[in-house]
Amino acid sequence: MDMNQYLDIFIEESREHLQQLNISLLELEKDNKNKGVLNEVFRVAHTLKGMSGTMGFTKMQTLTHRMEDVLDALRNDRFFADSNMVDILFKCLDALETYVNTIAATGQEGDEAFPDVIDALHKILENNGSEKKAGDKASVPSSEPKEQNAEPAARSKIIELNQYDVNVIKKAIEAKKNVYQIHVVLDKGCLLKAARAFIVFQILEKNSDVIKSVPKVEDIEDERFDFDFTVVIITDNPEEFFVKEINSVAEISSVEVTPVVLDEADGKEDKIESNEKADVQKTETTAAAAASPQSNAGEQHKKFQKTGKTVRVDIDRLDILMNLVSELIIIKTRLEESSASKAGTDVESIEYLERITTSLHDAVMKVRMVPVETVFNRFPRMIRDISRELNKEIELHMSGEETELDRTVIDEIGDPLIHILRNSADHGIETHEERLKANKPSVGNIYLRAFQDGNNVVIEVEDDGQGIDVEKVRRKIIQKGLESPEIVESLSDNEVIEYLFKPNFSTADKVTDLSGRGVGLDVVKTKIEALGGVVEVSTARGKGSTFTIRIPLTLAIIQALLVRIGSEKYAIPLGSIQEIENVKPNEIRKVRNQEVILLRNMVVPIVRLGDILSVPDVEPDENKKSITCVIAKKGERLSAFIVDSLIGQQEIVIKSLGKVLSGVKYIAGATILGDGNVALILDVNSLAL
Amino acid sequence: MDEKMLDKEVKQFVAFRVGDQEYGADIHKVSIIEKTLNFARVPATPNYIKGVVNLRGEIVTVMNLRLKFGLPEIEEDDETRTIIFRFNDVVLGVIVDSVDEVVTLRESDIESVTQITNDRSLDYIIGIAKVDGRLITLLNIEKLITELLEK
Repeated sequence: MDMNQYLDIFIEESREHLQQLNISLLELEKDNKNKGVLNEVFRVAHTLKGMSGTMGFTKMQTLTHRMEDVLDALRNDRFFADSNMVDILFKCLDALETYVNTIAATGQEGDEAFPDVIDALHKILENNGSEKKAGDKASVPSSEPKEQNAEPAARSKIIELNQYDVNVIKKAIEAKKNVYQIHVVLDKGCLLKAARAFIVFQILEKNSDVIKSVPKVEDIEDERFDFDFTVVIITDNPEEFFVKEINSVAEISSVEVTPVVLDEADGKEDKIESNEKADVQKTETTAAAAASPQSNAGEQHKKFQKTGKTVRVDIDRLDILMNLVSELIIIKTRLEESSASKAGTDVESIEYLERITTSLHDAVMKVRMVPVETVFNRFPRMIRDISRELNKEIELHMSGEETELDRTVIDEIGDPLIHILRNSADHGIETHEERLKANKPSVGNIYLRAFQDGNNVVIEVEDDGQGIDVEKVRRKIIQKGLESPEIVESLSDNEVIEYLFKPNFSTADKVTDLSGRGVGLDVVKTKIEALGGVVEVSTARGKGSTFTIRIPLTLAIIQALLVRIGSEKYAIPLGSIQEIENVKPNEIRKVRNQEVILLRNMVVPIVRLGDILSVPDVEPDENKKSITCVIAKKGERLSAFIVDSLIGQQEIVIKSLGKVLSGVKYIAGATILGDGNVALILDVNSLAL
Repeated sequence: MDEKMLDKEVKQFVAFRVGDQEYGADIHKVSIIEKTLNFARVPATPNYIKGVVNLRGEIVTVMNLRLKFGLPEIEEDDETRTIIFRFNDVVLGVIVDSVDEVVTLRESDIESVTQITNDRSLDYIIGIAKVDGRLITLLNIEKLITELLEK
């Protein structure tokens, strides 16, 4: 057992704490007298200090220690947290994040010591002329009061010994050795309990023989214990030695060393012998009982139980599970096909199998789902920083954080959202003066909403800013020579706005740090489309704009329509199909050299899939009585895909085309059909007009 | 194991035939050799990319070496093989006319081509080896495929 096995836990937990710190600091900025929040911030800093200390990350420990000093002074009303101070605390947070990221990447905390941040913390204390006192005080509350609190729990509990133990002890006493019972109580805030206990055990094992431990050593290693444990040791060293040694370990609340007197143990001997199991249970219940009188400990205990019900799983393992489910679905499809062609097969069992695979797929998908909160929770801080930088007053309202998305999507969606939010803050929201001039409240609002809509998840970013200046975009299109003025005039407002998603297109008058460099929206679009989603914008001049992102709920397994073009089979995701239409060849008309059909008085452009995909043996129109059109939707717009015939609807497993063919046009992936052959999945977004 | 195998300077190559030429590829890069597989054509790709196949649940791109080398395509026959190469995270099938054998070569058996020509298109050739009077062109498959990836 060495420290490295705790590294992952350390990183994971530190990140959670930093996230908590982020939220609390934002709250603190709003309400700088809120004691609850201050205590929360202090608690996080303290925990991080303890954890980094245990792991031997001394620079991180120093920084958190300094933070703790300042926070303690704040907590004790020595001074108040002004925005400058919160800024410094945010800097601390950034520094800590840097540490954790470096540790995650290299396993070491790196050389950066952030002297400016530590200096700033120092100055806060100095300027109040009480830095010495604060320094002293800071270390005190973390240990002393808790020690007192913990005292009742540390009341001597006589460990119950069995016959074998008693014999060992008897021999030890005969051999003039010391036998002690040591009761160790850990700090209530201690997070790496097993690590602490491990260090204590190391000390004990080096200097003595541990003959008994309650709870068992294995349980302690697996962190299955409350905040205290008791051991019986045989040693040559005196009592004081252990008190001193164990107290030197961080986050130890109290140590009690009592010599074992055999008579006492003898009295209990018989009972224990008869039922050793009951013995263990009893000590466990007494341990729980000892903790319950203290409300704090009780809470911790509850929390501990709650975490016991969840399991952290490596995402790779889930991917393996997902792949296996995919395989199962492929083989199920094959069974279905073969049963359809053969008479007398057990249709019922195959239907049952289908139900099970579908439920299994749903279950696995659910396991992979993560609430968007994990992405959203970094935005309040971001908007805060931006609004300070731009000198605008912006408030971010978030809703639907609990909406769940596939883990792979969650990992990818962050950057596009950052781009859009920055855009809204920078270009959308006007300055203070402009807003007042326009008769708007001085504080600008950005709404970030997530919700589920059928098989899609929708994320909206709405601002109540100035909206997009469509005329300016028109001028820009002409200026950049992208289209001739005549064409630009004929474009609708929505079509004009589409140009914002073109590479190197920026309408910003001045380039700021945040946006206006012409990279951004095109990247957003590419990224969202890579996830199988779409982005749309709607805007009203003077009232604001809304960016809407639609992403499919699942990525790996979808319902698709299989179609035949020539001798080739293709799959079209059902989610992007509006309807199927059969048209007569003479119903196809030409408008500005583009073939179209009329669908309930709507002009829908035609996409001849056979031509675009250069299928060698596509059937010419003349041979067909009617032409099958798959009406596909891309956002709000429709296109009619001409195919030779329909094969049917099927659940398909999306597989990537692999590295060699990544980025191939028109194709979103491949799937394996029931007969083992491969069919390509069409990328409706790139094919639709 | 014969003595030659234990020699550290020895390398093994899978020898295969395309047209009237014999080629060799590092055996460590070869995952498996398959008979012909059913492929799905992928549009908008160079003509030597034949398409993708289902290799036990995995989608693998297949390329025809004949077309890549500018030779005319021939009907597949009993001898036609698809060599599946696998290295780093790239998997690629390569259709060849036939696979002959595995040859074991010493460094000293391999002659560098740079001495013969400076042609940059020959970048993916490691060298030429003489085996029992036959000439085998040793291909750096990794380079050949990376070139494809860059396009």
